[in-house]
Amino acid sequence: MTDIDLVTWDLVVVGGGNAALCAAIEAAETGAKVLMLEAAPKTYRGGNSRHTRNFRCMHAGPLSVLTGTYEEDEYFDDLIRVTKGKTDEGLARMAIRDSEACLPWMERHGVAFQPSLSGTLSLSRTNAFFLGGGKALVNAYYNTAEDLGVRVLYDAEVRHVTVTEGRFEGLDARIGGKDVRIEGRTLVLASGGFQADLDWLADAWGPAARNFLIRGTPYNRGVVLRDMLDQGADSVGDPTQCHAVAIDGRSPKFDGGIVTRLDCVPFSVVVNRDGQRFYDEGEDVWPKRYAIWGRLVAAQPDQVAYSIIDAKSRTLFMPSVFPPEQADTIEGLAQRLGLPGRALRETIDAFNAACREGTFHPTELDGLSTHGLTPPKTNWARPILEPPFFGYSLRPGVTFTYLGLKVDRTARVSAHGARLHNIWAAGEIMAGSILGEGYLAGFGMTIGTVFGRIAGQEAAAHVA
Amino acid sequence: MSLDITPTFTATEEARRQVEICNACRYCEGYCAVFPAAFAERSFSDGDITQLASLCHNCRGCYYACQYTDPHEFALNLPAALAEVRVESWDRFSWPGGLSHTFQTRGVALAGALVVGIALMFLAIRAIGAAGGEGFYAYLSHTAMVAIFAPAFLFPLAALAVGVRRYWAEVGGAPLKLSDLTAALVDAGRMKNLSGGAAEGCNYEKGDRYSMARKHAHHAVMWGFLLCFASTSSGTVLHYVFDMQAPYGLFSLPKLLGIPGGILLSLGAVGLILLKLRADPALGAQSAWGGEIAFVGLLGLTGLTGLTLYAATGTGIVGPLLALHLGTVLAFFLTLPYSKMAHAAYRLAALARDAQIKAARG
Repeated sequence: MTDIDLVTWDLVVVGGGNAALCAAIEAAETGAKVLMLEAAPKTYRGGNSRHTRNFRCMHAGPLSVLTGTYEEDEYFDDLIRVTKGKTDEGLARMAIRDSEACLPWMERHGVAFQPSLSGTLSLSRTNAFFLGGGKALVNAYYNTAEDLGVRVLYDAEVRHVTVTEGRFEGLDARIGGKDVRIEGRTLVLASGGFQADLDWLADAWGPAARNFLIRGTPYNRGVVLRDMLDQGADSVGDPTQCHAVAIDGRSPKFDGGIVTRLDCVPFSVVVNRDGQRFYDEGEDVWPKRYAIWGRLVAAQPDQVAYSIIDAKSRTLFMPSVFPPEQADTIEGLAQRLGLPGRALRETIDAFNAACREGTFHPTELDGLSTHGLTPPKTNWARPILEPPFFGYSLRPGVTFTYLGLKVDRTARVSAHGARLHNIWAAGEIMAGSILGEGYLAGFGMTIGTVFGRIAGQEAAAHVA
Repeated sequence: MSLDITPTFTATEEARRQVEICNACRYCEGYCAVFPAAFAERSFSDGDITQLASLCHNCRGCYYACQYTDPHEFALNLPAALAEVRVESWDRFSWPGGLSHTFQTRGVALAGALVVGIALMFLAIRAIGAAGGEGFYAYLSHTAMVAIFAPAFLFPLAALAVGVRRYWAEVGGAPLKLSDLTAALVDAGRMKNLSGGAAEGCNYEKGDRYSMARKHAHHAVMWGFLLCFASTSSGTVLHYVFDMQAPYGLFSLPKLLGIPGGILLSLGAVGLILLKLRADPALGAQSAWGGEIAFVGLLGLTGLTGLTLYAATGTGIVGPLLALHLGTVLAFFLTLPYSKMAHAAYRLAALARDAQIKAARG
């Protein structure tokens, strides 16, 4: 600790997740003297990367645990579909193409993969799963970085980056409760988005955002992002938007991660606080709909909704982390969930009356639709009849924010339209350049790895 | 079981809480047999938890990979939770009851057994003596050795069999098929569940770094032990079938099996102890830490005293060394159903049950 302010570091990396680690490793491998500043304590290091589970990877043939092929155009089409075209095609295609070389690089730097997890077979061709998940990946990279001599400081929150005439000169940080000035020749910003700053979220989204749950790290408060934007850094992405999905309403405020997922919606009736339905629960398969449900729930009173199923649907979806509320009558369930019993009874009765005979297929769009109901349920509409009845609460869970720093193909950050001399960005802090809307599973790790590596290489070349 | 002892399943309940969180996550599926077995279920009976716990080899890969470990409010520590379930379950299954708790949790109890074993052998040598034998039998007659060790070997095996039957009933095992047993023996022989899935071994003595050291040390102990056992068995066969009396020469079966066996066993035991001293005790059954160290020490001593005894052949200290070796072996066998050694039987049973379940699932 005492010596870090006496050294001029070749590279200072702000952040401690996947992108930061990739940048630090690439630079350290060239012999550069690298300092990483991770805002979280060691036990929570790794940002949102510690909650991730896979890496979306282009491949021309079977690669590591990946089956078949996943070519650039198919990958890009998938991206266009989720972003509705809100992407930078040049950057996106570069990230996609580079992903293929990243996977062997990841393995060489300690990351272990495993076959697609049970319940996720649809991803076995496109996404390489980390053995043990993102925290195991983060651990492997920290070990690699440590072996390469990267200096890592935890509880190190960067407050202000000094940029003079387009050049990074140093930064002010609070490290372990002490203010420290750090000098460096290059800077990589990989400190994530601002989704853990509820005030900022509320400014952007409205006061309802205070009721949102944050699925990831509480340490992504966007301090450096705001500092850079205040200094005129060029931005990208809608500042008012965040990626929010519908998750278990009983989840922790922060860091609930993957287990807070609830997959019951397509087999259920979803009502709001007043016991009223508000959207077609069966519009599409859940992986394609969980993201819009974050917004739908956010728009309901108190930002909460309730998903109701009966006994016959209990095992059709992945187990939940908390057991559902349960009762033998709809009124009893309403009481347990704190819903108006009569309203819920009427909603369920109306729904049941609108259901029609037909063949139910839980894994495909079965067209089993309600008739004469508003809003309709267009697939998997089976009457809620068989006790016991189960209920889950749903709340919006924020995954990441879209506002970020604009970068070019070399991950370089610019301000007032001009490239900064020695500042690069990688990971969530610049992901809005490519992901303007929506999300594609495993693509955040692709962006972080590709741009993290580029940023590290570029910074190393700059000081070489 | 007497009525005033209510079984408390607190370790089982804690493990169930944790496994249910794991079942909603599934990131660790590739580490070992525990996770695919758990993820095939939606709810977990006490017997299911016992089975999962007995499959766990405490490689700790899942702990270091876990995003929900303390200080996260979910406070997962699956390796420790399952280790506690194992310790409790062996207490529950062991016969006669109570002894398992003593020897599992108290290293000093095993040390006491060792002292008693050695003292008994000194006493036997002094009281019974040679009865005209040669070699080792010049100190204690062959008949006397058989009279002491045949029951000291057979009783523990019978006691362990009772425990394994109780285990089998609790986990709902079906009648055992040869293929189940073969699968279990292959998994145990390769120590597959200490391989860490796609990664390189355990997260043990080096924290979140992978290491094969524990697997190698365990292999040395297991194969060393089996070689020593084979050595003794071959001696018995030579004695009774071929009427060839000890001592045996260097190029005899007992020595060719026993010397490498003793070396492997001793070195492996030292390795396991050193690794255990460096590993985080909070990721295992903390109550059994001392008992486990003492057990590995005792196991290593059986090998080391055997080797020393062979090295001392023809010298004047053979008598005391013989008492030391035989006393160590006696202590080892008598405590076998109640010490960590019992894990070998329960582990095999768990692997066989796992093979059954997988076969039934198709």
